[in-house]
Amino acid sequence: MKAKVHVTLKPGVLDPQGKAIHHALGALGFQGVEEVRQGKVIELELAETDRARAEAALDEMCRKLLANTVIENYAIELTD
Amino acid sequence: MRSAVIVFPGSNREMDMVAALEQASGKKPALVFHKDTELPEVDLIVLPGGFSHGDYLRAGAMAARSPVMAEVRRRAEKGVPVLGVCNGFQILTEAGLLPGALMRNASLRFVCKNVTLRCENAQTLFTGAMEAGQRMTVPCAHMDGNYFADADTMKRLEDSGGIAFRYVDGEGRTTEEANPNGSLDNVAGVFNETKTVLGLMPHPEDATDPLHGGTDGRALFHGLAEALA
Repeated sequence: MKAKVHVTLKPGVLDPQGKAIHHALGALGFQGVEEVRQGKVIELELAETDRARAEAALDEMCRKLLANTVIENYAIELTD
Repeated sequence: MRSAVIVFPGSNREMDMVAALEQASGKKPALVFHKDTELPEVDLIVLPGGFSHGDYLRAGAMAARSPVMAEVRRRAEKGVPVLGVCNGFQILTEAGLLPGALMRNASLRFVCKNVTLRCENAQTLFTGAMEAGQRMTVPCAHMDGNYFADADTMKRLEDSGGIAFRYVDGEGRTTEEANPNGSLDNVAGVFNETKTVLGLMPHPEDATDPLHGGTDGRALFHGLAEALA
């Protein structure tokens, strides 16, 4: 089973990298971009075939390592 | 004072730390590898600076989950003092032994320069040789030193003497110019609730010899050696 974990900064946490990207987009002439926040996508291939068990395992992976829940939110997406 | 310095793959300031600890205590610290699951009987555990595991995922994230950290956590919970400098501070926040997180510098640039710190709480075993408000000049060298904690955590730290050091200017003011990395409220170092775990981004161990250009960092190690003699 394939999974994607999306890790994003929590609202209210400053994102200097997002700001730099925002600035660069403006410099390239892309108008109307109001905000940019940068995160990560982590792709995993799991041996597990049961969706519920896969989700539970991924949730634990996120809490223990993949995300730092002090500053980051995470979302789990099972892709097949 | 018997001490142990933990070495992770990518640590690079461990020998500076060993020199500073030996200078202050007269005893050679033990070096303990990250895969070890046991620690010698020591009075102080130190996590040195560097780029453990290449800062992959997040600075300190991998090291915080390495085998030796289970024992570091057990000792810390028993009250054994733990000091983390730079990457060591990042590892302690990732391990949940200190509150908050260290994010990419606001400038997005690696910062390598001397900074001035102000001691915010002199009533701890780490800061016994300092006075509250005392300033010291020590080097910093990091990419991810931007301290962040949510508003409740910041208030709790502030109210309980949990903020150890702040970045200040030559007059002791917490200005934006004096803040090298965008840290919230100019925070350079924090304690845990019991004041037995300290993490800070700058390197006091690299200001302990006149050849370093200054010796302001000695106060931390001498205070520790006295408190833990």
